[in-house]
Amino acid sequence: MPDHETLPDLPEATSLAKRRTRLSPVWIIPIIAALLGGWIVVQKILAEGPTIEISFSSAEGLEAGKTTVKYNGVDVGTVESLKVAADRQRINARVQMAPETRDWLLEDTSFWVVRPRIAGGSITGLGTLLSGSYVGMAIGKSDSQARSFTARDVPPVVAGGTPGRFFRLKAATLGSLDYGTPIYFRRIQVGQVASYSLDQDGRELTVRIFVNAPYDQFVKPETRFWQASGLDFSLSANGLNVQTESLASLLIGGLAFDTPDLNVQSEAAAAETSFELFADQAVAMKAPERGATQYVLYFDESVRGLSAGAPVTLLGLPIGEVVSVRLDAGDRKKLQVRARVLVAAYPQRFLDVLADPQELTGGKVLTPALRKSIIEQLVARGLRAQLRTGNLLTGQLYVALDYASNPASARIDWLSEPPVFPVMKGGLTDIEAKLTSILGKLERLPIDAIGSELKQSLAALGATLKNVDTLVKRWDGELTPELSATLVEARRSLAAAEGAFAAAGKTMAPGSTTLEDLRATLTEVKRAAQSMRGLTDYLERHPEALIRGKSEEGQ
Amino acid sequence: MNAQPATAMSLGLAGCEVCGLVSRPLAGQPPHCPRCGERLHFRRPASIERCWALVIAALILYLPANLLPVLTTYTPLGSQTDTIMQGVVELWSPTSWPLAIVVFVASITIPLGKLIALAYLLITVQRGSPKSSRQRVRLYRMVKFIGRWSMLDVFVDTFVVALVQLKPLMWMAPGPGVMFFAGVVVVTMVAVNCFDPRLIWDLPQKECHA
Repeated sequence: MPDHETLPDLPEATSLAKRRTRLSPVWIIPIIAALLGGWIVVQKILAEGPTIEISFSSAEGLEAGKTTVKYNGVDVGTVESLKVAADRQRINARVQMAPETRDWLLEDTSFWVVRPRIAGGSITGLGTLLSGSYVGMAIGKSDSQARSFTARDVPPVVAGGTPGRFFRLKAATLGSLDYGTPIYFRRIQVGQVASYSLDQDGRELTVRIFVNAPYDQFVKPETRFWQASGLDFSLSANGLNVQTESLASLLIGGLAFDTPDLNVQSEAAAAETSFELFADQAVAMKAPERGATQYVLYFDESVRGLSAGAPVTLLGLPIGEVVSVRLDAGDRKKLQVRARVLVAAYPQRFLDVLADPQELTGGKVLTPALRKSIIEQLVARGLRAQLRTGNLLTGQLYVALDYASNPASARIDWLSEPPVFPVMKGGLTDIEAKLTSILGKLERLPIDAIGSELKQSLAALGATLKNVDTLVKRWDGELTPELSATLVEARRSLAAAEGAFAAAGKTMAPGSTTLEDLRATLTEVKRAAQSMRGLTDYLERHPEALIRGKSEEGQ
Repeated sequence: MNAQPATAMSLGLAGCEVCGLVSRPLAGQPPHCPRCGERLHFRRPASIERCWALVIAALILYLPANLLPVLTTYTPLGSQTDTIMQGVVELWSPTSWPLAIVVFVASITIPLGKLIALAYLLITVQRGSPKSSRQRVRLYRMVKFIGRWSMLDVFVDTFVVALVQLKPLMWMAPGPGVMFFAGVVVVTMVAVNCFDPRLIWDLPQKECHA
């Protein structure tokens, strides 16, 4: 203050009033609180993923605020609200997704409700029995994002991202297939049925299957698929055939596939390749044999028991099959009804069963000309088609190509299309024919006449027997007394003879004098005979003795 | 109300807030209590400003404290997070409704009530309203008394989390809301402490004097 007067020229300092609104450091606290709160809010916003809308056909088991969306078992979202759609047909669920799902929400991303489910031999979603249903999610592959989805009614069998490939099968019927039906390759389960749909025209079904890696590489363009549904009974000329893939497929059905050995080396089929689904393995594995040549066989005998698919064998080895069995009536001028059997022969099969195909073909491919000449030669040697019974029980027939024992000359008719192959009657049908002819002869026998004649003969025989009877009776009455008298006489004569014999015996009895005398006499005679022999012997040697007498010195 | 008694400040005296000794502080240097050495103020410095700042901070914290979960319950079937209000709703059943009321009052009503009461006191003090100063003082006392009970919620939360650790059957974990809730309680208590109740009757007196 005193300076005021001593230094008048100095400018007066402006004294600013102390700003009353100077911020106290305590304001840091609300600022920190605000920052903290703001940070939390920012975090919350950052942690908040997209909100999506899923349309369900039923919200059964879903609960707003509780039901979670899971991707491979990890929670990635929560159902926020459930509302009935405007059309009252579906339920729209608003789902708060996790932020990391932003890139997953593609157009073909699918959602479904996971409930306990028993299908395709597997029980899934058992966990939901306790925890309640949840919404499953499979990420799609589309490029465009989406925020609105329609839930699937059935969960996809194949989890997204599973390595493997989808294929399509064309089937006439679904058989016992269902979602998740197993697919077997050499009895290993390698995949399952993913979905099926009826084609637009309703004539065929398209079954979409998934084959897991690494088995998908065994699906080649030539691979055949067949229904391994349950138990396959087939009764054919080959006999009874029972087949099943596994006990599980016995219960729930299944599919199986295999590739013919020839095509094993091929490249794996591309994903979504279409295949035909065959009814069974036998049909599947033989169906598309290439290079089949067809022949027509005309049979004048019954072809009952011969059906399409029956084997055609060459000397017992299968080389083809019957394609169709029809009747052929010739033309109007020359009516001739006969069975027309169309058969397909597979030259490849013939070559396959040859021990050394090189020798026949000379290492070249079997050209049609070569084939023709081979068949012609075989026919010239008596090869004929014959119907034979494959199965006596069922009467199934098959076509056998065999050499006829005494072939009538026949040629294969190459001009007609398809060529006509010569046939011969045979097998059981031949026996049948013989039996028939025997029966015909039997039929021609005059059994009636024979019967009546026999009857007459029998009547005559009866009369004769009666006559015999009376004769016998007469004999009985008239002859027997006489006979007995004769017998008495005879007996008497015999007794007399006996007496005579006894007397003779007495005479000849040992010790009787007559016998002694006789014996002595005989001895004498014997001696005399000996003497005679001695005499004759001597005389033989010394005939001179007859004149000179017996010489003294004997020789 | 007519005869306003003289205040210590009007007589140039300051009371020590620790030992209660009334002394006459010298102008110039910051005064200290001659007996206990405590800093002496005629009135708590920047009381209104600090109180406002803390009230606003508490209000900001109050939002996340109630919006964020305070407790997460894990069971084998999933986890469940609960905010304070969700806990109250869950407790609201025919058997445990008294508990629901206790939680509701202790955790939601009281913190908010305290902040509203403080804001009301601050506004009336700033406006120098002379009305019902006695009731306002009573309100202040109530706010100060109740403050220490507000930690009940935090206490229960920590207790439950510490006790229920029956892994893997059931266990609990604290949520981020607890920290904010504790922040609300602490900041509110500090705010109440910053408020100088003498201001309630200061200004009307001044006005009376003027």
